[in-house]
Amino acid sequence: MKVGVLALQGAVSEHIRSIELAGAEGVAVKHSEQLEELDGLIIPGGESTTIGKLMRKYGFIEAIRAFSAQGKPVFGTCAGLIVMAKEIEGEEEAHLGLMDMKVSRNAFGRQRESFETDLDVKGLQEPLRAVFIRAPLITEVGENVDILSTYNDEIVAARQGNLLVSSFHPELTDDYSLHTYFTEMIKTTQAAVQ
Amino acid sequence: METGTSRVKRGMAEMQKGGVIMDVMNAEQAKVAEAAGATAVMALERVPSDIRAAGGVARMADPTIVEEVMKVVSIPVMAKARIGHYVEAKVLESLGVDYLDESEVLTPADEVFHIDKRDFTVPFVCGAKDLGEALRRISEGASMIRTKGEPGTGNIVEAVRHMRLINSQIRKVQNMSKDELYAEAKNLGVAYDLLLEVHEAGKLPVVNFAAGGVATPADAALMMHLGADGVFVGSGIFKSENPEKFARAIVEATTHYTDYKLIAEVSKNLGTPMKGIEISKLSAAERMSDRGW
Repeated sequence: MKVGVLALQGAVSEHIRSIELAGAEGVAVKHSEQLEELDGLIIPGGESTTIGKLMRKYGFIEAIRAFSAQGKPVFGTCAGLIVMAKEIEGEEEAHLGLMDMKVSRNAFGRQRESFETDLDVKGLQEPLRAVFIRAPLITEVGENVDILSTYNDEIVAARQGNLLVSSFHPELTDDYSLHTYFTEMIKTTQAAVQ
Repeated sequence: METGTSRVKRGMAEMQKGGVIMDVMNAEQAKVAEAAGATAVMALERVPSDIRAAGGVARMADPTIVEEVMKVVSIPVMAKARIGHYVEAKVLESLGVDYLDESEVLTPADEVFHIDKRDFTVPFVCGAKDLGEALRRISEGASMIRTKGEPGTGNIVEAVRHMRLINSQIRKVQNMSKDELYAEAKNLGVAYDLLLEVHEAGKLPVVNFAAGGVATPADAALMMHLGADGVFVGSGIFKSENPEKFARAIVEATTHYTDYKLIAEVSKNLGTPMKGIEISKLSAAERMSDRGW
């Protein structure tokens, strides 16, 4: 199983390490043609304005939409979650607009408000150590979206079919259970295709 | 729920990887930087080349400038405090700055002690010329390292020297036997445990950016080629003829640093870069990289 990590900007090597611990082969993706050989794609944390700009510039918007339309799983963390949203509060334009949700950027405040905590995530056996860094929140979801985790009654992880998002950073700890969850999503789609 | 943990502080720097952090002096420049794709801005009263030209004591920026910049951009805002100036750092933290730079660009406030950076919720970046300096700063709580280079010169040679030296020292430590590490810790003037981490991981425990002399897209790409995790551009953008174009070009060259055709493309018709200074023309007192230890 080959999983790409979009390598325009952000925490790429951490995701590659985690997805490899989960048993997949991790590939840094710098060109949209690379998507063809992938079974799944991770959009990492970083600065969503930077990543969004570079995605537009290098033809990733249409390419990732097409990738997702084939039913191939896409996993976005933090900035990755923001670029996958249909709607971003206070901004006129979304980026990929893949997932039926509205998000609020820097929803917890500035860096001094960044934190880590233990979090229950639906589908995972054990609570996860979740690291929130200038993190976004999901403020509204469509009816096809399954809420996987909340923190203080706010949505911080969700799934819609082949799309998975978290506002925290599962790649910053040694716990790769959410990456394993993502590889299971890939296996299920592959089985369905066959 | 815990704030200010080392994971949260170092993680914040990891999110900046592959990005360009730009010096800005007002709200308007901050907007230009954000629109060009900067991953963060450094709010300053004067960029390093102006500090050189002005002479005298360089201090923390006026809080008005920092607040003005924080108001207009959604990306992280960094600010500089003088080496050893605990109060300037606390003042900037109280404003809500996202990252503090204990910086040799400003005139040092303490010639012996750096700030105890563990005493802050907000993370710190510090400059280093070699592995010893980098690890001493990390011991004091720095969550991100950058080369010192020679700020405000538009001359990449010192940043190259520092990045090469740090990386070759890391490779040397990586290949040492464990019993050699004790003597090496003494030689470098660093904590043994931290050196052991470097020995095992083959890299610094925090991200390492390039800074001090980046003036062109090719300079930024060169630093990435030498192993930098990202770049700081100080005077290079707003002292160039066309800041908007320079900023965009440097962002793209940093992302695609091995794509030489692309770097050629973005380097076309940029106008004049900042005027550079030959390092040997600087007197010892003018060399900012010798500040700190």
